[in-house]
Amino acid sequence: MTTLDELRKLKEKALDDLKTREGKASAKITVGMGTCGIAAGAREVTTAFMEEIQKRNLKDIIVAQSGCMGFCEQEPLVEVEKDGQKIIYKKVTVEGAKKIVAEHVINGNVVGDMVFASEEK
Amino acid sequence: MMPELSLNILDLAENSISAQANFVEIILDENIKDDILSLVIRDNGKGMGDEFVKQITNPFITTRKTRKVGLGIPFVKQITDLCEGELVITSEPGQGTELKASMKHSHIDRPPIGDIVSVIHTLIVLNPHIDFLFIYKVDNNIYSIDTREWKAILDVVPLNDMNVQKALKVDLLSGLKKIGRSLI
Repeated sequence: MTTLDELRKLKEKALDDLKTREGKASAKITVGMGTCGIAAGAREVTTAFMEEIQKRNLKDIIVAQSGCMGFCEQEPLVEVEKDGQKIIYKKVTVEGAKKIVAEHVINGNVVGDMVFASEEK
Repeated sequence: MMPELSLNILDLAENSISAQANFVEIILDENIKDDILSLVIRDNGKGMGDEFVKQITNPFITTRKTRKVGLGIPFVKQITDLCEGELVITSEPGQGTELKASMKHSHIDRPPIGDIVSVIHTLIVLNPHIDFLFIYKVDNNIYSIDTREWKAILDVVPLNDMNVQKALKVDLLSGLKKIGRSLI
């Protein structure tokens, strides 16, 4: 278990990191976490997003969750909000999550064949 | 049906989150000596009235607006029915809800616990504004993590900070390993 001392050191390190970047998130990834999403693999997909972001050290990306979006048969559904545009991806797999991070989140190119819906702000 | 019990736990905790809880307790207890596996999920969300609680294992009773079917609780009920256990839900409007599921640990139909580390990690990191207390018992060995303790020291650093995310995962993995649950 993490000791109090380790937690204090963790805080120092996190505060140092916070200082070196701007506060605004460059993208927000929201995974549908209803019963339907979970049954379709939302947990694995969420973990894949978190690991990919960690691996690439993308500190300004937020991963969030939502409930059922009402299109259970298309789950896992993932919404990516970036540059004022919202894209919802359908049937996202672990591989798909990695692709979304590399192509959309980092390079700004929507992964066309996985899109379920899109919305301009 | 969910392939892993940890996915049912994630699903049930999502119910607590939907009920606007800001504190969720998850207690998983493997009493191997007495052959009982039990799960308690307790929240301080908005709770439910008696009438709703009575009907909650019915799939056609749900709060969701997008569909008229809710399968989260019926899935758990199915498991406890199959595994010689029981599901007890008590709730008080405005106070919160407690769900207790128990089953025979060695029952052939009991789903594996699965990747509980990812589930707890996901819940904590994706809901940094909610406090979680997770306790995992295997007979007399206990692991617990209380995000309120982390927050008290981390102060302005949120639980979804990347450094904190890593530390949470390490804590969960090493803690479970200590109680003999590194590979589930």
